[in-house]
Amino acid sequence: MDTNGRVGAVDPFIELDGVEKVFEVRRKTGFMRRERHRVRAVDSISFAVARGEMVGYIGPNGAGKSTTIKMLTGILTPSAGRLRVAGIEPSRERTRLAHRIGVVFGQRTTLWWDLPLIDSYRLMHRMYRIPDARYRENLDRLVELLELGSLLDVPVRQLSLGQRMRGDIVAALLHDPEVLYLDEPTIGLDVVSKAKVREFLRQLNAERATTVLLTTHDLQDIEQLCSRVMVIDHGRLVYDGALAGLHESGESERTLVVDLARELPPIDAPPPARVVRVEGPRQWLAFPASESAAGLVARIAAEYPLVDLSVREPDIEAVIAKMLHGDSHGKEVGRPVP
Amino acid sequence: MLVEGVRAYGLIAGMWLRAGMTYRASFAATLVGNLVMTGLDFVAILLMFSQVDSLGGWSLPEVALLYGLSVTSFGIADLVLGSMDVLGARMRDGSFDTLLVRPAPVLAQVGADRFAPRRLGRIVQGAVVLGWALVSVDVDWSVPKVLLVPVMVVSGAAIFSAVFVAGAAFQIFAQDAAEVQNAFTYGGTTLLQYPPSVFGKDLVRGATFLVPLAFVNWVPVCHLLGRPYPVGLPPWVSFASPLVAVACCVPAGLAWRAALRAYRSTGS
Ligand SMILES: Nc1ncnc2c1ncn2[C@@H]1O[C@H](COP(=O)(O)OP(=O)(O)OP(=O)(O)O)[C@@H](O)[C@H]1O
Ligand SMILES: [Mg+2]
Repeated sequence: MDTNGRVGAVDPFIELDGVEKVFEVRRKTGFMRRERHRVRAVDSISFAVARGEMVGYIGPNGAGKSTTIKMLTGILTPSAGRLRVAGIEPSRERTRLAHRIGVVFGQRTTLWWDLPLIDSYRLMHRMYRIPDARYRENLDRLVELLELGSLLDVPVRQLSLGQRMRGDIVAALLHDPEVLYLDEPTIGLDVVSKAKVREFLRQLNAERATTVLLTTHDLQDIEQLCSRVMVIDHGRLVYDGALAGLHESGESERTLVVDLARELPPIDAPPPARVVRVEGPRQWLAFPASESAAGLVARIAAEYPLVDLSVREPDIEAVIAKMLHGDSHGKEVGRPVP
Repeated sequence: MLVEGVRAYGLIAGMWLRAGMTYRASFAATLVGNLVMTGLDFVAILLMFSQVDSLGGWSLPEVALLYGLSVTSFGIADLVLGSMDVLGARMRDGSFDTLLVRPAPVLAQVGADRFAPRRLGRIVQGAVVLGWALVSVDVDWSVPKVLLVPVMVVSGAAIFSAVFVAGAAFQIFAQDAAEVQNAFTYGGTTLLQYPPSVFGKDLVRGATFLVPLAFVNWVPVCHLLGRPYPVGLPPWVSFASPLVAVACCVPAGLAWRAALRAYRSTGS
């Protein structure tokens, strides 16, 4: 494939080195008066992603996630820094790169809004010059996996959000891209649809070794899919490493919700677990996310009249917030980028 | 790049054609409707000539020649790049982003978007008037003069296309400026339907040198009819339209490329 790229043991498929994006914004400050100021959406970010990795890219609203993805796809030109995907500089050789990447924007569709789903796919078939046999095979496989068979003749604008999202994922993968970028692919989806999409992505990564970079506000996406997470805040990369490490550096907690047979005083839980809320027979216990819930559950079940229970994962924003504002673990980078 | 663009254009336009053909009846109706709508401009000229014998010293067939050339050239540019005016909306709702991740020139994708045969209406109407004007006008036809007619149409279409593309580039730089672009394109074709002598000197100069629309028809038609040029120009310029077209298309293309690099997307 690309012989002048740095192919070797490391094989960084995506490489960013000090990448920045500054937006100049003009704001109306009065009649005919405008004030200019600069928004540093991405501030000197460096990381590398190897072929076949599945990476979660998370951070609060306005952190710079979408901006990064837009630079990786060539939509936006970086203001500074060096950026390579498959050895290609995206903004300079956008069309050449397009054959090798797939993109799904959760917030908008890449399909032709007024035309039946199948028309978009037929057009992509030709536009990407996908060999006929390959196209048919991919289409059949993807349509089956994502359960779109009955929807192919429906105009895109009539699809529900979850159906459209699956339609977009098919469109992004028809040409066998080496990397798939997903910007909030599970936004607005119900539990069943989310599970379908996740299962599909896991399979894609496992079977085809497609490199996946996804942004999300749903921690479960990351937990179920990504061995590596990168956290961005105010345009800066503040964490790059395993999800477990993120929990530690954020000292995040899971919540055990127990329903007892009757109203009782707060459960006497072994520290560091503790009751944080009591409401009638229902009690909420916080315990470290890095610990198993089994011991705690066994102990409560043995000593209390337990009726029902559920475990709630820490919400991603809470984890990040704790990490960002936690004193000692503030700006720790799990795996420093060379 | 050009080959890729033409190919992508064909693919997308073909898809829209197939989609549109499913409503044959409405296709015919919109085509006729479009023909009538764009033809109203010529009706206005006919009405004027029912009151006067000449317009700025030009007879009806002569004005019809200007009209036919302007409308046909513009019609071709509008057929190819007509959907440029939805660019502003596409940038505001962020759907322009999706064009940039596909392996086809963006210009072709934008131009072919919602391709509809109804855009042929203007060309048909312009060509009919042009045909009538060519047989009615009093010209000493020679081989170069006959050849000049298709050259004018093609160059004119290229000049209008360049204006479309430059306008589109400007829309990207300025975020939203569809009105500015429409003033030059739709305004330009209306301007060129009338003889230069009915306009003020400054406007004619602007249309000659600034946005060289005058080379679509005014200048070469003056040569055909043996009239003096609208502004003082050397005699050889009557055949300069193709050169002017190239001189317009190159900077327009460069501006378009620069605009894509400067494109800033939306915040959401
Ligand atoms: N086209 C633009 N013009 C001006 N400012 C922009 C533009 N795009 C993004 N920004 C600004 O850059 C910053 C980062 O935006 P970005 O869309 O990358 O955030 P994000 O991490 O994707 O957030 P979210 O989780 O809300 O999607 C924000 O402050 C935003 O206002
Ligand atoms: Mg975003």
